[in-house]
Formats: sequence, C-alpha cells, structure tokens
Amino acid sequence: MSKKKTLVVIGNGMVGQNFLATLMASDIKEGYEVVTFCEETIPAYDRVHLSEYFAGKSADDLSLVEQDFFEENNITIHMGDKASSIDRAAKTVTSDKGIVISYDTLILATGSSAFVPPIPGHDRDGCIPYRTIEDLDDMMAAAKTSKVGAVVGGGLLGLEAAKALQDLNLKTHVVQFAPRLMAAQLDDGGANLLKSKIEDLGVSVLTSKNTTKIVDGDTCKHKMVFADGGELETDMILYSAGIRPRDEIAAACGLKIADRGGIVVSDQCLTSDENIYAIGECASWNDQIFGLVAPGYAMARTVVAQLAGEESCFTGADMSTKLKLNGVDVASIGDPHASSEGALVYTYQNGVDGIYKRLVVSSDNKTLLGAVLVGDASGYPTLSQYYLNAIELPSNPDSLILPARSDESVGLGPDALPANAQICSCYDVSKGDICTSIEGGCTTLGGLKGDTKAATGCGGCAALLKSVLDCELEKAGVEVNTDICEHFAHTRQDLFNVVKVEEIKTFSELIHKHGKGKGCEICKQTVGSILASQWNEYILKDSHVGVQDTNDTFLANMQKDGTYSVVPRMTGGEVTPDGLIAIGQIGKKYGLYTKVTGGQRVDLFGARVDQLPLIWKELIDAGFESGHAYGKSLRTVKSCVGSTWCRFGVDDSVGLAIELENRYKGLRAPHKIKFAVSGCTRECAEAQSKDIGIIAVEGGWNLYVCGNGGMKPRHGDLFATNLDKETLIKYIDRVLTFYVQTADRMQRTSVWMENMEGGLDYLKSVVIDDKLNICEQLEEQMRNVVDAYQCEWKTTIEDESKLKRFRTFVNSDKHDENIVFVEERGQVRPANIEERELLLAEEA
Amino acid sequence: MAQWIDICSKGDLQPNSGVCALVEGQQIAIFYMPEDNAVFAINNYDPFGKVNVLSRGLIGDIKGEVMVSSPLYKQHFSLKTGQCLEDETVTVAAYGVRINGERVEINLNGAA
Ligand code: SRM
Ligand SMILES: Cc1cc2nc3c(=O)[nH]c(=O)nc-3n(C[C@H](O)[C@H](O)[C@H](O)COP(=O)(O)OP(=O)(O)OC[C@H]3O[C@@H](n4cnc5c(N)ncnc54)[C@H](O)[C@@H]3O)c2cc1C
Ligand code: SF4
Ligand code: FES
Repeated sequence: MSKKKTLVVIGNGMVGQNFLATLMASDIKEGYEVVTFCEETIPAYDRVHLSEYFAGKSADDLSLVEQDFFEENNITIHMGDKASSIDRAAKTVTSDKGIVISYDTLILATGSSAFVPPIPGHDRDGCIPYRTIEDLDDMMAAAKTSKVGAVVGGGLLGLEAAKALQDLNLKTHVVQFAPRLMAAQLDDGGANLLKSKIEDLGVSVLTSKNTTKIVDGDTCKHKMVFADGGELETDMILYSAGIRPRDEIAAACGLKIADRGGIVVSDQCLTSDENIYAIGECASWNDQIFGLVAPGYAMARTVVAQLAGEESCFTGADMSTKLKLNGVDVASIGDPHASSEGALVYTYQNGVDGIYKRLVVSSDNKTLLGAVLVGDASGYPTLSQYYLNAIELPSNPDSLILPARSDESVGLGPDALPANAQICSCYDVSKGDICTSIEGGCTTLGGLKGDTKAATGCGGCAALLKSVLDCELEKAGVEVNTDICEHFAHTRQDLFNVVKVEEIKTFSELIHKHGKGKGCEICKQTVGSILASQWNEYILKDSHVGVQDTNDTFLANMQKDGTYSVVPRMTGGEVTPDGLIAIGQIGKKYGLYTKVTGGQRVDLFGARVDQLPLIWKELIDAGFESGHAYGKSLRTVKSCVGSTWCRFGVDDSVGLAIELENRYKGLRAPHKIKFAVSGCTRECAEAQSKDIGIIAVEGGWNLYVCGNGGMKPRHGDLFATNLDKETLIKYIDRVLTFYVQTADRMQRTSVWMENMEGGLDYLKSVVIDDKLNICEQLEEQMRNVVDAYQCEWKTTIEDESKLKRFRTFVNSDKHDENIVFVEERGQVRPANIEERELLLAEEA
Repeated sequence: MAQWIDICSKGDLQPNSGVCALVEGQQIAIFYMPEDNAVFAINNYDPFGKVNVLSRGLIGDIKGEVMVSSPLYKQHFSLKTGQCLEDETVTVAAYGVRINGERVEINLNGAA
C-alpha cells in the first residue's frame, strides 16, 4: 500500500468546504491525508444567505458543514488558526499558532475581503465591512446605539446591506461612487427604475458620491464628506463597495499575482507553482475574479477532477445575477450593456407598473447576448437558459419581454433544452443528470433534490427543475393521475372551486352533480374538510355526519382499543391551577389516563364513546372548550413564557399565541396546522418547526411559514420580518386561506410549499405583493371562518338528538366488555390481547 | 328458518353511517343508506385492530361494492358479505337485516 499524500486546504469558506465535500464524495479520497486551516471561529457557512442572520437565522442554520463531517472523513481542521506563511521550497505551511504541515498538494481557498476605501477616518468605531458573521455581530451591536446608517457601495451586496440596516430599523442611505446603482450589471434605464424602487422602500440613494473623509458628526456620530462638497451624517457605516482577493499569503511566497489582484491561475486552476492550486474568489482567471459562488464551485470540481487524473478545465463562468431583496425584482444576464459588436437591443418599459426589460441579441437576431429585468424578473429562468445554451431565439425575440397576450406562451419548454443544459448552477446539475435520476425511478421533486442536490443551493432553479420533472414524466407516459379517488375525477383544488362557485353545501349534492357512486373514506373526508373550510357549519349536522372521519364524527381520537382521547384546548399552553385541578378531578372521576402532550396541553385517554359527552359537559362547565385534537384543523399554538417572565424575552409570546389560537381555532384545512410563538431568537417554542412560526425581534415579529416536525422535518422559511401585529395577522390569514384553497388532501404546509411552483418567492408575491389580486378575498374568507366559530362539543352536548349517537349500543345500556384496562405506573392502560383474554376468562 | 329479532326503531339508525346493536351477546354493526332505503349488518369486530369498532367506520362503495372502511387501519369490508376487500382470507360475519315498517330487525342466521 502506497503512503498517503498530504493535501492542505487554506481557507474553510464556501469554496474550500465545497472542495472538501467534492473530494470526499470521490474515489480518490483514500489517497489523501487532508488538513485544512480555518481562520474564522466557525467552519464554513453560507455567506450568500448571510443577510438572513438578521432575520433570525442562526450561525447553525447557515452552516454548510454536515454534522461530524470532519470526524467521519478524517479531516484535520485547525479552527480559528490562520495560515501565515508558505515555504514553497520545503513544501510546508506554517500557521499563526505555530503549526507546521508538510504538503504534497496545496489548495488556496482564501476568498476575498470587503473593500474598505483607504480614506481618513475609514476605521472609526462603527465603520464595519460586510462579509463575515463576526461583522454582522459587530453591526448588531453598533445598531443598538444608532439611528442612521449608511452603506458605501450601490452594487448587489450594497443593496443587500442596506436592506439589513433597514431591518435593524435604521434610517438608511446608500452612497454610490458610480452614477448609477448596480453599475456592472444594469444599464441606465434599469438602474433608474431600480433607484426609484429602492427609494420606495424608504432607503435614500446618493449616486456619484466620492467620499473623501469621515469625521466627527454634528447630529450623528460620523459625518461623511464628499468630493462635491456635500455631507452625510450617520451613526454607522457599512462597506460593501466591492471585494479584494485575499492574495497576501500567495504574494508573500512569490506566486504570480494579477495586476488587479488575485492569484493567477490556469484553466486547470493551477497557480505558478505546479503543486499549488487556487480556487474561489482569491483566484484570477483570464484577468477576471469571480465574486459569485457558482464559479468557485466549478473551480473546486475542476481541481478534484485533476487530482483524479481526469482532464478538466475551468472555462469561465456565467455572471448572471438576481437580487435577493423583498419586493424588488432585478436580474441581469450576460452582457447587458450591448458591448459586443453589432449587438441589437430591444427595450420594454412600463412606467405604470414600474417594469423595465431589455434584451441584447446578436446581429443576426438569433442568439441572446444579455438581458436586464427590473420590476418583473419572472422571465429570468427562461432567458438565462436561452443565454447559457445558445438556444436559437424565436423569430420575434421581443415576445420574450412583452407582457403575455391572450394565450400565447412565451416560456421555453424544458423539452427544448439540450441534455447538457445546466439546470442548477450551484451544484452543476444538467438536464441530463436530472433525466438519469428520473429514469432511475425518482418521480418527486423532493427525491430529485436529494438525488442530484439540484435546487438545494440558492434555490433559484426550483421552478425549472419542477418543469423538467413534469415534462419528463409526461413523456415517459407516467400519467400523473390527480383524481382524488374513483368517485371524483377531480383534484382537491377542483372540488374546492366547485363547492365555492356553485355554493354546494353537502356531500350528497356534490357527488350527485359531479361524481359517481356512493363515495369512500377518501373523498368523503376530503369533501367534509372542504365544506368545513368553506362554510364552517356545525360538523355534526345530519348532512355531514356520514362524511366525517371517525375522529371527527365523535369529536375525539379513537385509540387502539376503540376508546377515545379527550383534549381540551389550552391556548398557548397556558392553564390556571384551577383548570388543572378540574382536569385532574375529571380524569380521576372517569378513571382516565392523563398525559401532557407534545403540544403543550393535557390529554385524557380511555374514554368510552358513551362517556364522551359526560366528560365534555364537565370540562365545559369548568371553562374549557374543544381542542380540535381530532380535526384536520388548527391544533396548538405553542408558546414560550416570553417577555412577561423571561429575562431575555423581547415580546409577549404567550399573549400573541393565545390571541392567534383563539383566532384560528376551528379552522378546517387539508391537514392539521400547528403554530408556535417564541419570545426571542433563542426559540424555546421551536417555532421554526411549525406550519406557522413567529419569533419576537427588536423590530416586531418575524414570520416563518411551512415548517414541519413529524416524519420529515422541515425548517420553516422566513417569510417576512419586523411585522407589527396587524400585518402579521393579515399575512397569516392570507397564507392559511391560500393553503386551504390550493393544497392537496392530506398535504401539510411543508409539502405544499415544496411542491409549489416558484416556491417561497411565489408565495410572497401572492401574499405580500398581491400578485393574483386575491388578498381581499382571502382575508374575507378567513373572516367568515373566524366569525362562524363554535365549540363543537358545546353545541353537541346541548342537542339531545346528537347525544343519541354516543351510545355504545342502540338497544342496550351495556358497555363493550372487550374494553379492558390494566394498571401501570399508577394509571390505566389498554390490556394487551393476552392480558385481555386472561381477564375475560377469569370473569366468565 | 328465518328468525327476525326486533332491534330498534328506524329513527335510531344513523343515516349514511353506522350504529351498533347487542344481539344475543354479539355486537352487530348496522348501516343505513336512506337514498337506497338499504340497511346492512355485519359483525362489529375489526379482525385487524382486534377491537369492536366497525360500526364507527365511514361507508361508501369501492368499484360498486358497498363497504365500510375500518376506523383504525382503513381496510374495507363488504357490507353485503363481510368480505375484506384487501385480503381475501379475511371475512367478518354478515347478517340479515330489514326495515319492517318503523322497526329494524335482524336475522342472525345469515343474509336476508
Ligand atoms: C397526543 C400526541 C402525543 C403525545 O402524547 O404527546 C400525539 C398523538 C398523535 N399524533 Fe402526533 N401527537 C402529538 C403531538 C405531535 C407533534 C408535536 C407538536 O405538535 O408540537 C408532532 C410533530 C409536529 C408536526 O406535526 O409537525 C406530531 C406529529 C404527528 C404526525 C406526523 C405529521 C407529519 O406531518 O409528518 C402524525 C401522523 C399524521 O398526522 O399523518 C401524528 C398523528 C398522531 C395521532 C393522531 C395518530 C393517530 O392517528 O392515532 C395521535 C393521536 C393521539 C390522540 O388520540 O390524541 N402526529 N404529533 C400529541 C398531541 C399534541 C396535542 O396536544 O394536540
Ligand atoms: C452578503 C453577501 C451576499 C452574497 N450573495 C451572493 C449571491 O447572491 N450569489 C453568489 O453567487 N454569491 C454571493 N456572495 C458571494 C459569495 O459569498 C462568495 O462568492 C463565496 O463565499 C466565495 O467563497 P470563497 O470560499 O472563495 O471565499 P470565502 O467564503 O470568503 O472563504 C474564504 C475563507 O478563507 C479564510 N481565510 C482567508 N485567508 C486565510 C488564511 N491565510 N488561513 C486560513 N483561512 C483563511 C477566510 O477567513 C474565509 O473564511 C455574497 C457574499 C456576501 C458577503
Ligand atoms: S409518535 Fe407515533 S406513537 Fe407516538 S403519539 Fe405520535 S403517532 Fe402515536
Ligand atoms: S441554481 Fe442555485 S440551487 Fe440550483
């Protein structure tokens, strides 16, 4: 066995980590002893989504390193230790802490740093670059004592930083050296429109400003002085005016450095030393550095391939970009400035809706060279596919940017893409890779994500991925039968619409008009739920009894022995001592097993069907109401104790939880719905694992949607930040009603979201921007449901005719003798079969 | 020889759903479909869950065969024969049942 070679990676940032993961997934990993130096105090994290840190994401959420990755792969990582020098002759790396490692192969993945203009006063207190988690911690600390903030730099990152300052509730200014925003990506028309959109968000934009010094301010901590004589008072300054490659360690050991900075690399990503590679933002290829993550990943793949002895080249990268700001759609593709020879330009401008689109095409009108989209970036996936794969344009290319008229479709069908078309640039997944996975039996979006990693990076390709999947399945003749069952050739959503439009109130009316046969448990429950969502009538009305699931008809969950559980509502998990005593007494009187549930309330088990009304009567008299534990409906709104008692609490989480639970209780949905409210980002209520999760932050409430615990946990997506209560409730009304109207049967919000074309951005556009113009209707629908609320148990025990149904036998007062309990830990439990037979035999 | 036993009134039945009767120590699930003026009776014991719950299942049809779906694990049983539609080795007893004027009657010795 040959001795292992030593491979050292300097820098554990996004690209360094991606390199390690790619190497570990390859066959050659056995040949290397791997050591890496990580200057930061935590291993690689997702810098691309760094700004979400303000919105409540933790360093853990952003981590790119799978648990135990280093241990399992035997990689030595020197945390918080910076490589300080390289001795190329001795082939060693020395670190700040004095560690010396000999290498056979060295990889430089040192990234870049935010450019800080070298002007007098640039390093005053509260003047911070925008690059690392540590920077963000500094920012948050500085923001506590600030009212005004300024961002130096009006590029992609600068605008993101401005959004972050706004999220911290500062009056925000953007100071741009160039005459327009996003100078590298946009033309004047696009940039002007973008400026007005940014200003609409409440951010002031100053262009053509050259800062000459920063001095003590009069009204704020600092004053920026500009070359044109102007001034700006601010308490904080963020630098986001471009990046500088971290090439110092390479320069010091004599590696070739490009004139404009960056370690010079070949197509193989080799530096001027044949044992040293450089990848990511520190590398300069063809006199270009790439400030995006996808090219860095491509470089990492190139190097792993080389090490495996394969031929592989880095051939440059697509610099198309899309801005990640709420409410401002901006995208730029290829060469937006029409600098190529003979390039032709199409422009579409719509001043009313604030939309600007520009296409740059080749002189023969056949190939797309570039594009700019502002105000409506929905065409981005299609256009970037035209661009990346040099697909021939339609004869009238302007149809690609003109608003769609009548029924003509301008989208590029996934069928038109060649097999090598790259669908996901983050993970370099081609259409061919996706088709292979589908042929291998993968037929769901979730499956494809797991299999190919597509759409698990920036998420930008998710809609395209779904359309490739649908198209391939259709071609393969996999008929995606969406009928809910043999009785209705409809989807749940179809049925919902029919019920609504035709104002159908009963199952029998619906099946006579639109279905066939007598129905089954699938369609009956589905329709029962739709009728309840839409009309919210008493669920045990005669016409509904037969269509409810067993649990719904008896307003209790059936247990394995045919008895039921009883769960009174305890809004927000709050209960008085008297309430607890009452529950205790009732439990004792009826001999029930009592347990605190995972949903912050008490469950009483072992009630016979005939006991249910008696037990509920006592509970209602003690001030309780139905907890809807049996319904596909709102279950619990968990809360932590919040600002009332907790020393870290930012707001009253219990109060909000109770208010929300009271608002949405009884709402029937395609599946159960759970909420939680935490009083601060420590998140003791685990809100991010709920369908609706809310976390109190200094600026208000942060809203997360579509989380899930259960079988396939999913963290909720951050939907909106710093909301006041009124807006929060408005958004929740809209999200939930939209879910109720469009989800499949038995589809939790998490799966609904995973399957939604356009994903989170689409949901935001519907709920926040009212893209479909339905928000008013959604809110009204929720109002109706809220107004029609009744405690079903109260209605039931007050109605003699309903109580009849809770008899064990229609013709006898006896009980089911098959229900037998034994004692365990001081309470009852159902006897198992052997115990039961034994006990019954003894009695006989 | 058919032996019809008086059980309950028609009003005791639950339209489009089931109730349970105790007849000579046997638990019998009785289902009522008023649109067809049809009643069915099978044993209440769910052979999969091993408890007495079939009367509390949802009813309907699968490919035209009237059935009840067990409330525990959702197997389907024919209301006419008691045959489990998922597992041909499993059957629950089916009984004769009829509406006689305002009264419901059962015949334990088999289908009517
Ligand atoms: C009683 C309880 C367990 C306990 O003793 O703590 C419980 C009991 C049941 N859960 Fe649960 N779940 C209970 C909390 C949870 C939680 C924790 C939570 O709510 O914070 C979860 C994970 C969170 C989530 O749902 O995202 C949970 C995830 C599930 C799932 C998986 C759902 C999923 O999307 O993957 C099921 C199965 C299903 O719904 O299809 C389930 C189904 C059930 C059923 C309905 C199974 C059944 O059909 O019999 C159990 C009914 C018991 C009953 O009679 O009430 N239960 N279940 C908890 C009742 C909470 C309450 O007060 O209402
Ligand atoms: C706020 C923000 C938003 C962004 N948004 C996007 C986006 O939307 N899309 C996109 O494609 N890109 C985006 N980027 C850019 C993206 O984050 C970078 O392209 C990517 O992180 C580059 O990876 P890297 O590994 O080359 O550099 P880095 O991630 O910076 O990693 C380099 C690491 O090396 C360490 N290091 C440096 N020198 C040494 C040494 N001598 N010894 C030990 N360790 C060392 C550094 O501390 C750092 O941890 C964004 C960046 C920021 C800051
Ligand atoms: S985890 Fe399983 S066994 Fe436990 S309560 Fe939930 S469903 Fe029942
Ligand atoms: S392109 Fe970023 S996840 Fe696919």
